[in-house]
Amino acid sequence: MRLLTHNMLSSTIKGVSNGFPLTIEAAKVVEKQVDMNSDFLKNIFSKIEWKPFVEAAKTLGFSELPEEDVQPSLLDSHEFLTKFHHALLEIHLEEGALVCPETGRKFPVNKGIPNMLLLEDEV
Amino acid sequence: MAARPELQAPPEIFYDQSEARKYTSSSRIIDIQAKLSERALELLALPDDGVPRLLLDIGCGSGLSGETLSENGHQWIGLDISEAMLDVAVEREVEGDLLLADMGQGLGFRAGVIDGAISISAVQWLCNADKSSHEPRLRLKAFFGSLYRSLARGARAVLQVYPQNVAQRELILGSAMRAGFAGGVVVDYPHSSKSRKEYLVLTCGPPSLNAAVPNAKGEDGMSCSEDDSSGDEENQTVTISDRNRPRKKRKLDKKSKGKDWVLRKKEQLRRKGSSVPADTKYTARKRKSRF
Repeated sequence: MRLLTHNMLSSTIKGVSNGFPLTIEAAKVVEKQVDMNSDFLKNIFSKIEWKPFVEAAKTLGFSELPEEDVQPSLLDSHEFLTKFHHALLEIHLEEGALVCPETGRKFPVNKGIPNMLLLEDEV
Repeated sequence: MAARPELQAPPEIFYDQSEARKYTSSSRIIDIQAKLSERALELLALPDDGVPRLLLDIGCGSGLSGETLSENGHQWIGLDISEAMLDVAVEREVEGDLLLADMGQGLGFRAGVIDGAISISAVQWLCNADKSSHEPRLRLKAFFGSLYRSLARGARAVLQVYPQNVAQRELILGSAMRAGFAGGVVVDYPHSSKSRKEYLVLTCGPPSLNAAVPNAKGEDGMSCSEDDSSGDEENQTVTISDRNRPRKKRKLDKKSKGKDWVLRKKEQLRRKGSSVPADTKYTARKRKSRF
């Protein structure tokens, strides 16, 4: 699972009012090279919740992203785009867990696939 | 006609390892899935500016439909309930991210982040109650409600479905409308029973000009064999041969004859002189339901 998906995911357990962001517990992280597409990055930038994104990248061992004052004007900088691209699309959480911020319920991640299935009493 | 997989087992059981294997080994299934997803992407009508979008593939299975999305340059997130199918997707090294999730429990995405959604032959599974806790109406509501929330305003969702009958089609479409979607059904090749395909084209947000439902293929007598160059008229749908076909339904709606009829017959027999039990409050009374 990439950080792109992590930034979109929230917990849907019954009764949870704010299931975002899910905390990451990383056991294994892999990196895969992908071609950069600056159009996509510019398009998706406005939809990313920056703070949780930076936090998540740190958990996975990448701390080169600027934490504050992130303006859309940064998107013209090639250096920023490369880092953004790397953090968003190239770092994969392979094994570990996602933790619901309110209930502490763990969603295990195996082979890069988070198991988001809920039990009957959580629906 | 092969039996519908929905009638055989719940999806997470039906799509086991051997069934998932078919989706990598059968070139026919791969071909059909690719065609369906290409058409779905076409109906999605994304702006033609070459910018890759973030799309959702609901019921992505082994990632065959996602591959079409990747080929067109888009980023996608796929979700499926069958672990075996997702394992195959991992083996195939698909480019999108995969989630093991049940669409009937609602999609866990933030509001307004997804640029479009496709789904190939998946939503009709929601019409079945595979567990005692399942209520199709509620599951459809959870699915469409969460889909509506996660889509950006004006974004589209194209869901290719195989509804079993008119009631199912109405149930699915009704749930979508109640969730706030505008749109309708596009039926490709409506005159052909084999290559007929139904797509729910839903637009998120208030009805507008671009919410108009696109035209279907093969409506004006266009021959449907035109693009099925394989000529394999049998099996143009992704269905599985039947091992256990559904049992014949017992006739339940047979009308009982009623109290009047019983009383008349008893009267007739009395006139003939046979010994007939007296009429009481128990005569021709309906049995309790526990019998």
